[in-house]
Amino acid sequence: MHTDYLVRMANDIGSFFASEPDPSVAAESIRQHIHRFWDPRMRARIVEYFKETGGVELEGPVRAAIQRLAEETAAKA
Amino acid sequence: MHALDYIDPGTPAAPESEAARPVTVEIDGFSVTVPEGTSIMRAASMLGNQIPKLCATSSLKAFGSCRLCLVEIEGRKGYPASCTTTVADGMKIRTQSDKLGQLRHNVLELYLSDHPSEAECAASNNRCELHEMAAAAGVTESRYSLPRVDGVPAGCNHQHSVKDDSNPYFVFNQDACIVCSRCVRACDEIQGTFALTIEGRGFGSKVSASQSEPFLESECVSCGACVEACPTTALTEKSVLALGKPDRTVITTCAYCGVGCTFKAEVKGEQVIRMVPDREGHANHGHACVKGRFAYGYATHKDRITKPMIRAKITDPWREVSWDEAVNYAASEFKRIQAQYGRDAVGGITSSRCTNEETFLVQKLVRAAFGNNNVDTCARVCHSPTGYGLKHTLGESAGTQEFDSVMHADVIMLIGANPTEGHPVFASQMKRRLRQGAKLIIVDPRQISLVRTPHIQADYHLQLRPGTNVALMNSIAHVVVTEGYARGEYVTGRCEQDSWNKWKAFVSDPKNSPEAMEAVTGVPAMAVRGAARMYASAPNGAIYYGLGVTEHSQGTTMVMAIANLAMATGNLGRIGVGVNPLRGQNNVQGSCDMGSFPHEFSGYRHVSDDAVRALFESAWNVPLQSEPGLRIPNMFEAALDGSFRALYIQGEDIAQSDPNTQHVTAALSAMECIVIQDLFLNETAKFAHVFFPGSSFLEKNGTFTNAERRIGRVRKVMQPLGGLEDWEATVRFANALGYPMNYTHPSQIMDEIAALTPTFAGVTYEKLDELGSIQWPCNQHAPEGTPTMHIGEFVRGKGKFFVTEYVPTREKTTSRFPLLLTTGRILTQYNVGAQTRRTHNVVWHDEDRLEIHPHDADVRGILDGDWVGIASRAGETVLRAQVTERVQPGVVYTTFHFPESGANVVTTDNSDWATNCPEYKVTAVQVVKVNQPSEWQKRYRELTERNTRIRRGSDVHA
Repeated sequence: MHTDYLVRMANDIGSFFASEPDPSVAAESIRQHIHRFWDPRMRARIVEYFKETGGVELEGPVRAAIQRLAEETAAKA
Repeated sequence: MHALDYIDPGTPAAPESEAARPVTVEIDGFSVTVPEGTSIMRAASMLGNQIPKLCATSSLKAFGSCRLCLVEIEGRKGYPASCTTTVADGMKIRTQSDKLGQLRHNVLELYLSDHPSEAECAASNNRCELHEMAAAAGVTESRYSLPRVDGVPAGCNHQHSVKDDSNPYFVFNQDACIVCSRCVRACDEIQGTFALTIEGRGFGSKVSASQSEPFLESECVSCGACVEACPTTALTEKSVLALGKPDRTVITTCAYCGVGCTFKAEVKGEQVIRMVPDREGHANHGHACVKGRFAYGYATHKDRITKPMIRAKITDPWREVSWDEAVNYAASEFKRIQAQYGRDAVGGITSSRCTNEETFLVQKLVRAAFGNNNVDTCARVCHSPTGYGLKHTLGESAGTQEFDSVMHADVIMLIGANPTEGHPVFASQMKRRLRQGAKLIIVDPRQISLVRTPHIQADYHLQLRPGTNVALMNSIAHVVVTEGYARGEYVTGRCEQDSWNKWKAFVSDPKNSPEAMEAVTGVPAMAVRGAARMYASAPNGAIYYGLGVTEHSQGTTMVMAIANLAMATGNLGRIGVGVNPLRGQNNVQGSCDMGSFPHEFSGYRHVSDDAVRALFESAWNVPLQSEPGLRIPNMFEAALDGSFRALYIQGEDIAQSDPNTQHVTAALSAMECIVIQDLFLNETAKFAHVFFPGSSFLEKNGTFTNAERRIGRVRKVMQPLGGLEDWEATVRFANALGYPMNYTHPSQIMDEIAALTPTFAGVTYEKLDELGSIQWPCNQHAPEGTPTMHIGEFVRGKGKFFVTEYVPTREKTTSRFPLLLTTGRILTQYNVGAQTRRTHNVVWHDEDRLEIHPHDADVRGILDGDWVGIASRAGETVLRAQVTERVQPGVVYTTFHFPESGANVVTTDNSDWATNCPEYKVTAVQVVKVNQPSEWQKRYRELTERNTRIRRGSDVHA
């Protein structure tokens, strides 16, 4: 699945939570949304992208959200 | 003429009022007690006494013109009309006497003197109440008839009028018109279009459509209310003229929009003669639109595919095969693909045009037989933000009211919806309320007809720029909060305090004021302030909205903003208020309820919920996945990367309806097995390998759930042309895959739905037969259903406010793409047009056109009717231009009912952040005058020719 498609989706989700003053809360909300609504292959791909690039195109708290997702995936593995 | 089995009490029931006391009267020696305000005619009808009448019918206010329903009242002088005279305590009424007989006899003779003979009327296959009344009164000839010379009346008469057969569905024969005004009143009171009038005076009086125009060219919207109201053969359905009288009635639910009208299908053998809206129908109360009443001919259209077909490659001709061969081929392909590419390489799409039972079965097939959660539905591209937004704020993914609630609204805010086109029967009800004095606020970039229509003018039309809904709603909320219109007591008692405080601080920020947002929305701040005050200060403020809210990159945010506003103003939890999504298709609500989304089971319960999943695993006897599956747009992406290879699509046409057509067709082309189940060889079928013949709503049993959560029965009128009802094909497919399904009737599927879904726990076919329809939740707490939700408390407990920051869409206008395209619907066509394009409705709309403002047309040298190219970042197509001030400068608009138009070639992949609902309503485009089709349209024609060939089989067996 194309990374730019997933990055754009993640950033769109992030835009809704951008008004949350606490970046940690915003990141957790974004992570939860992706966890609840993304197919596992999509999550795996964006985690892979994060590991490869550090998530350079992920905006604001989205990067932290994907980092948490990556940690969650690693913990389950 | 009204339905075959309807006994007409002549006048409407007295207005419902707690103050209406019972009144007892005596009619022809029999006592009857009725509510105060009831007409004598209706009271008599309750005793089984049908007083002769012509101008009266129960769907219209009493008129008192025909002078046939006269009665005698003890102690009163004269002979009052029983339709316009209401009961009073102790009245003693006579409906029959020598004098009354004499008066009626004379009136009937006068009518008959200028009316076709009984034989002539009978030739129309329609009833004529005048001849029925004359027969009942023993009137066989008229003293006033003109002498005939060579069979022709000698003297002035109306027997040589030219018939108006311009309308494709009915004929107006003025010879048979008695000028009772029932048609005119039906157009006014029921439909609210005011297209008909009585022209002229005295002997010259005649029914006229608009300014003496043929019906087709007039303002008539062909709802058929006039035809049904006509007491004679003057207005008759062409189907009745051509096919004869029906001999039986089947009550069913319309398969068009989300209003979900109840109809009586009047049938001869297996042939539908006409569809008559059911006066007992709770959603429509006896009204209909041009689609539901007349446009059912697609069901027997020659384009129907009635034999299963398969092919190895999409460039091969289709080969007709037996059901067994088609089903086994599909199953073997799905098994092969799963073995080769993995369990998650296949999926399914359920349909909002299919029944609840069929939808439930397809998602069950995916979860239980495919073994994954890759199921989605077309609500993805329309109202998925409604589900998400209302679930998170209020606790339930559905509208809060019943349609009748609008009759108690004082202020109606209509956002991004065009009900006179998309939900016409509800629009008529809304217009009735507006004519009674309710205020109207319209939020729409386009000048929809409700902005100004006969006897209605919107109090505010907030004509915002496309894509700025959230900005506008935040500025309305700003006024409500900062000017003290919020209902603090309501909020404190019913909502989460923390979320309220946070939201209140957010909307109060000056950056959200109407003045600050004016530059974004283009709406004058004073108008925003006025509209906000009007809505917030109303005793009952009701919000109705459509796809103009949801089909945006901030669709879900806007739904939340609407819920926020309704909570802040206390406009939830009682009749007359609420948040009301107007669902596009007949079973959008139902398809969502049935667990069609990849992340949740029926009743909107997440697949990761262990307890819920265990319930389904136990019932279905198979382990289920706890991870969400792919949404439709995700399926396309996965197909292009090779991880998704097969798709079962029931009753959807994603190649036409979904955005960025070229992206969609590239994804479809990349798949190895697509199974299409449909009535027609639709656009998606051009990319399919297996075709299962679908069954229309007339060919099956089941239920639909409309926009007000109302579950209504669909009843079989004729045998399925393809041999199987849609659910039966799914059952065969499941069994071929090795997952046993053993249903023999859809009622068994509903029993399973009820057993597994708390909001449907009390629903059975028996109860639906008994009550007519049921609004869910229907369970032990609400055994007969729930018309109004959130009474006392919200479904989620405390209502939750969400901060709704305005985030501009990434779709920007530039010098290359300087205009904004927005899309919508038109009355006579429906969705992708597969049904309505195959009816006479094409006489009103036979192509999609591009609406463009005169200024934008002028600077481009475009004249009305010119071919214009519309180019966006996604693609280019060509349509004819319609120059109109309905759109504002800088905005263009089109519909998407015709595949060759390629409206979705232009729309982009942008989508709602929460649900991936596409942003159909905002596409930056350029428009230029052209003289040939687009490259896409040329390729489309070639593809259509190549991919739709059928090699007919001669010995195909079921």
